[in-house]
Amino acid sequence: MNVRLYVLQRVSAAVMAPLLLIHLGVIFYASNRGLSAADILARTRGSPLWGAFYATFVVAAATHAAIGVRVVASEWTRWHGAALERLMWACGLLLVALGLTAVAAVVLV
Amino acid sequence: MGDIAVSLWRGNADGSYQVYRVPQRDNQTVLDVVTWVQRNLDPTLAYRFACRVGMCGSCAMTVNGRPRWTCRTHTTKVIKDGRLEIGPLANLPIIKDLACDLRPFFEKWQKARAVFSPRLTRQDAIERIAPTTTPRLAADAAIECINCAVCYAACDTVRWNADYLGPAALNRAWTLVNDVRDTGNSQRLAAVAAAGGCHSCHSHQSCQQHCPNALNPTASIAGLKRHTMQAYLRGELE
Repeated sequence: MNVRLYVLQRVSAAVMAPLLLIHLGVIFYASNRGLSAADILARTRGSPLWGAFYATFVVAAATHAAIGVRVVASEWTRWHGAALERLMWACGLLLVALGLTAVAAVVLV
Repeated sequence: MGDIAVSLWRGNADGSYQVYRVPQRDNQTVLDVVTWVQRNLDPTLAYRFACRVGMCGSCAMTVNGRPRWTCRTHTTKVIKDGRLEIGPLANLPIIKDLACDLRPFFEKWQKARAVFSPRLTRQDAIERIAPTTTPRLAADAAIECINCAVCYAACDTVRWNADYLGPAALNRAWTLVNDVRDTGNSQRLAAVAAAGGCHSCHSHQSCQQHCPNALNPTASIAGLKRHTMQAYLRGELE
């Protein structure tokens, strides 16, 4: 890992930390209040706030995880050089695609 | 006192342990045991030592699974069930028996730019450095390294990542980052911020755990991470 990836991973972790706490709080609130899936979707659909919240979460998590996977692969496998960079990008883009698809499913009307 | 069953690594990387019986003595160090075997049982045994008082850093070996300076390690402290296993340091190529090739270790010191780049010449007057300034205190906390490579042998990241510069080289780089007489910091920070540099450290703290001089290279590496991150955010590093 170099300093650029190190900073990116720390910044993405710092972004995720408060979002994760809010996310856990929301889960606790929803389950405590006995909200159904329809109740939750009624709150999230068409909400730019929830859309921005979870889109930010997805991008931060994908960035953080992709860099982490790159480190693990470099230390525990024979992946190196350009192949390692491709693995990192593939992992990150896959997580962004999957995550944003999920966000779209609960936010878009 | 009885005998110790001493297993010594013999040969190169494809070698194996051989058992010798060595009489146990009072105040006997692990280096004494190795020397006794060479002088009394097998003069072909290869190992390395010089000062015998914990200053030169030559005699580090793996003792019952842990890297140690053998001249300052008493056998009573490390013998388990009357047995002692002594091998070459891990993470370095074995030349023969207990002697490792330390070139990769010292080449990484060069790669980390862990070399003093003076601002003054020998014609200038010796500069007075106040020992109580913050940078000097930080440098002094890490300065007593004897280059024994115990931390290098103990480091998981060195084992996993052949490019990693290792705790000793980075610790030395940190002392120079804090040395006001030095002028090599821009190149040094670039060297330790590149792939294989300080950001590869996982902070497992094995270096700090095993350092015979009780230094804390993990803290030095954390200092380098802070310094390089600030330099990167200022646009001074790519």
